[in-house]
Amino acid sequence: MAITSIKNLKEFSTNNDRFEGAHLLCPGCAHSMIVRELMNCTDDNLVLASNTGCLEVSTAVYPYTSWDTSWIHIGFENAATAASCAESMYKARKRKGTLKDPDAPVKFVAFGGDGSTYDIGFQWLSGAMERGHDFTYICLDNENYANTGGQRSSATPVGAHTTTAQAGSVSYGKKQKKKDIVAIMAAHGAPYVAQLAPNKWKSMAKGFQKALETEGPCFINTVSACTTEWKFDPKDTINITDLATDTLMFPIYEIIDGHELNILYRPKNVLKVEDYLGAQGRYRHLFKPENKHVIERIQKDIDEKWELLQRREEARI
Amino acid sequence: MAKEFELNEVEVWDGNYAASQALRQAQIDVVAAYPITPSTPIVEGYGAYVANGYVDGEFVMVESEHGAMSGCVGAAAAGGRVATATSSQGFALMVEVLYQASGMRLPIVLTVANRALAAPLNVRGDHSDMYLGRDSGWIQLDAFDAQEAYDMTLCAFKIGEHLDVRLPVMVHQDGFTTSHKAQNVYPLQDSVAYKFIGDYVPVDDMLDFSRPVTHGAQTEEDWHYEHKAKQHKALMDSRTVIDEVFADFKKLTGREYKRVESYMMEDAEVALVLLGSSVETAVLAAKQLREEEGIKVGIVSPRCFRPFPYDLVREALDVPSLKAVCCLDKSAPGGAMGALFNEVSAAAYSTKARPMMTNYIYGLGGRDFAVDEAKRIIREQKAHADAGHITTDIQQFSGLRGPKLGFFQTRRG
Repeated sequence: MAITSIKNLKEFSTNNDRFEGAHLLCPGCAHSMIVRELMNCTDDNLVLASNTGCLEVSTAVYPYTSWDTSWIHIGFENAATAASCAESMYKARKRKGTLKDPDAPVKFVAFGGDGSTYDIGFQWLSGAMERGHDFTYICLDNENYANTGGQRSSATPVGAHTTTAQAGSVSYGKKQKKKDIVAIMAAHGAPYVAQLAPNKWKSMAKGFQKALETEGPCFINTVSACTTEWKFDPKDTINITDLATDTLMFPIYEIIDGHELNILYRPKNVLKVEDYLGAQGRYRHLFKPENKHVIERIQKDIDEKWELLQRREEARI
Repeated sequence: MAKEFELNEVEVWDGNYAASQALRQAQIDVVAAYPITPSTPIVEGYGAYVANGYVDGEFVMVESEHGAMSGCVGAAAAGGRVATATSSQGFALMVEVLYQASGMRLPIVLTVANRALAAPLNVRGDHSDMYLGRDSGWIQLDAFDAQEAYDMTLCAFKIGEHLDVRLPVMVHQDGFTTSHKAQNVYPLQDSVAYKFIGDYVPVDDMLDFSRPVTHGAQTEEDWHYEHKAKQHKALMDSRTVIDEVFADFKKLTGREYKRVESYMMEDAEVALVLLGSSVETAVLAAKQLREEEGIKVGIVSPRCFRPFPYDLVREALDVPSLKAVCCLDKSAPGGAMGALFNEVSAAAYSTKARPMMTNYIYGLGGRDFAVDEAKRIIREQKAHADAGHITTDIQQFSGLRGPKLGFFQTRRG
């Protein structure tokens, strides 16, 4: 496979021509950074599928398209199926000799937000992973149904305010823990599963390349800071993402063949979660005295998860 | 290269196996499927061809029927021949993607062994699933027996993939009464069948990277309307191609099919309009009544359910002697007149004879529809014709246990 090596951010921001800058994503949305990084890290032909969601509605509004490669959207839940069965078609046509350019390498990638990945498209994703297609699924996890105006998803963290799990006089926002999608995907026995963040762009590019190179179904969960629903200034997307990774709210790691866990980023100074929560409007209510216990719970959850990841890594099993 | 399957001139096949053989002969690139009664043997039959080298395409067993149709859409957009099979609840689960497949103009073939929709749960045959698909933008062909299940499936690929059509096609057969009933079937040899269908011609191929394509774009009030209008036009215009393909098929096999089949209509005074395996029952009843009681009765059967053959139904009913027509719907009407009644009545309204129109709901959940009941309904039409007005409720239920059920009376009495 042709791997593009990107040396610096300037090159990163200028060398892509398969995802056009003209799209309708919010200023400051991390989705386009993540997509751009995926498309920058390979010269291979790409067949992309997208679930319904922010990325889809912002990039293919007829008669325009932002995609200068093969791209398909069917519905909210089935990008994994579209990409994986396009891959089956590729295999069949390669065998039968009906491809125009049979020797050119092709990669199949599906995108979904956390709504379509953790919730409504979960079954389709699980099916495609189990069937073992050679494709990569990338979740753009902004922890809410942002495309429809910020409702809770099963990726929404404890304590966050959304329009369907609101903070109010008798509520501190979402009460349930975020679903551990990475562990679930690793449990499918997928050869490569990772959680990555666009602020750590080198490890993200490496992770994407690993997924594309690995034969079989790979899954990557990416944190995609949402200026609109997390409520921060659009210029702070990467700063917020730095806080997500440095507080370990969003740890960066990979799991190979369902068991071998490697931590890909260890903050030199682990920050307290208040720094991350305090920077976003969706957590504002947690700083009321009566909600102190929620922040304590979030910090405890983070500490326990980090401990678990470190032990899993040490165990090498 | 897939192995050739040795076939006798006459085989004894049920409708499911006949459909699966037609799928094999089409040399499909991707079958994405999920089994459901009563169409499961189509998928199992295909699985046996895969396991024994009679197919060199991919066979993807997905996690649900929604996944099956989603997989068909993804694969079809990647530029190859695609098909699947389903019934009933599986069909219902597919519905979202059926609309997407037709809106994206992907010529997928779906073989359907018709079955009732729950609740109550029922595995037997009626036309609820077929009716559920009637606004989905697919071409819907109806096979009345196993031979036709084979023939219609071969024709479906040629119709749907025709460059003037590019629409998905369903081939319906009645669950159990056709899907599980073995009969003599005259198959084509593999090479002859494939030659009839022809090679797949990719359009907007996702695997042709010299011309990137975006499939499944969004359109709002500025363009959605025009897209849907164009889609409807393609569906309406497909009538010509269907006629051409049926004509080619007749040349090849001698078997003649029309978008609307009609029997004994030339001098008919009364007629039944119905679909599926019941057509044979109705034709038999009509022949007997002509002989035994001198009732001039004809039968009309739209083989092409969508696009609805308004033109040919009108032609079939445009008989000066025609006085009373009963449309039989094998689907729970859900608070309306039966769909066939509504559509056939609309066509009949613009005939000169303007016959009296009545509606029977029948056969739900596999309730048997026998010659005696068909005769009773024909006699009832004769009574309307003789009286000059409808003598019963306009909508009735056939073969229902308990008290009689009917709705609406005529104002022409």
